Amino acid sequence: MTYLRAVLLVAEKDLKVELRSREQVVTLLFFALLVLVVFNFAFDFTVIDFVTLGPGVLWVAFIFSGVLAISRSFQIEREQDRIQGILLAPIDRSAFYLGKVAATVLFMAAVETILVPVAVVMFNFRFNSQTALVVLAFILNTIGFAAVGTLFAAMTTSTRRAELLLPLLLFPAAVPVALAAVKTTTHLLAGHPFAAYSHWVLMSAAYDVIFLAAAVLLFDEALEE
Amino acid sequence: MSEPAEKPPGTAWSGLTEQALFVLVAILVPVCLHAIFRAVPTEEKMGVVQRIFYFHVPSALAGFLGVGLCALFSALYLWRRDRRLDLLAHASAELGVMFLTIVLLTGPIWARPVWGVWWTGEARLTSTLVLWLLYAGYLILRQSTENPEQGARFCAVIGLVGALDVPIIYYSVEWWRGLHPKVLKISGGQGLDAEMAKALTLCSTTFILLFLLLLLQRVRLGRLQDEVESLTLVANRRAPYTEPA
Repeated sequence: MTYLRAVLLVAEKDLKVELRSREQVVTLLFFALLVLVVFNFAFDFTVIDFVTLGPGVLWVAFIFSGVLAISRSFQIEREQDRIQGILLAPIDRSAFYLGKVAATVLFMAAVETILVPVAVVMFNFRFNSQTALVVLAFILNTIGFAAVGTLFAAMTTSTRRAELLLPLLLFPAAVPVALAAVKTTTHLLAGHPFAAYSHWVLMSAAYDVIFLAAAVLLFDEALEE
Repeated sequence: MSEPAEKPPGTAWSGLTEQALFVLVAILVPVCLHAIFRAVPTEEKMGVVQRIFYFHVPSALAGFLGVGLCALFSALYLWRRDRRLDLLAHASAELGVMFLTIVLLTGPIWARPVWGVWWTGEARLTSTLVLWLLYAGYLILRQSTENPEQGARFCAVIGLVGALDVPIIYYSVEWWRGLHPKVLKISGGQGLDAEMAKALTLCSTTFILLFLLLLLQRVRLGRLQDEVESLTLVANRRAPYTEPA
């Protein structure tokens, strides 16, 4: 079995589980929606421009629901010790990691795809042609967040304070992702030229590459023996 | 049994270094205090409060040293799997968090009269706070693992990932916004008065030595904890539970 095929199989397994139970994405979506509603109450968007606050609000919603997605992704492996089966499978453990990251990115992307139009309607924002590039910023930063989150979740699920520990470790480590995501989105929505935010896009890409590589090397250590 | 059969290797060396460091620090701390409060001229614009600089900057150096050493020992631990390396990584992280706490406490005391605010969203403040949060998480993770071996492995991963993350966090927050005074020439400031530079060097040296002293003591403490644990295990095995008469 080739490496890539192993990665795809792990991701496919998570997607199949999700398609059959349909519990995760729906729950995540409602959670993210609730975050938007809370912000809708907290700030008066008839006075504040969406470009100023919108990206921050959106990314808080994505990051909060993303943490839930990542910790759930390892919880289901812990239930009935399913993880033992995967660890015994004749695949490289880093392939298991990359498959998990891929599935998490897809779940988060699904939430993002539905949430952005909702936010646009909710906060009365007008789209222009350039705003479509936001997708690129979303993908790059979602990958970075899922890459570090999945590595950390593999460790925190086998500790005593699993659900509490993951955000505690992940949020500080993901600060560059959050900043880059919010800044890129803000620049894009404001219609600035690419040169104004190219360094942020580069940072997101560098973050993805660095931490995917580091996690592939370190993932063995992050599993319980 | 009169003497412990064998001491772990390196104990004699570290014991001697610890004593030497203790004497050095004990002499240097009063000298530093004299330098800070008597010898150094008062800063022209900021006044007396500027003297906190001689605690703030050396603590920052010691804090960053802790974070750096933690990454180094974490990497070495994953390579050699030596319990001593893990003790060193743990002690470095603990001291890093402690010195960064001093940085985060002394900073606002200085900022209030000089900037007019306790705290701003300024770059270096934010990145130091993020760093502090990251390594506080490291210490909490260590307490939450099920056994020391697992804790050592997981924390080594966090220590390494954290070290990779530090420069990225720093640049991202710097691009986000920056306004911290750049005093030292390396960071683009106009440099210090000669007297002040001397005092700063003295205080930094003292803090680094203090850091090393505390590091050795913390490692010794960790080793003693290990010993107590294994002795308790042996004692429990030798004295099986008997029904009370």
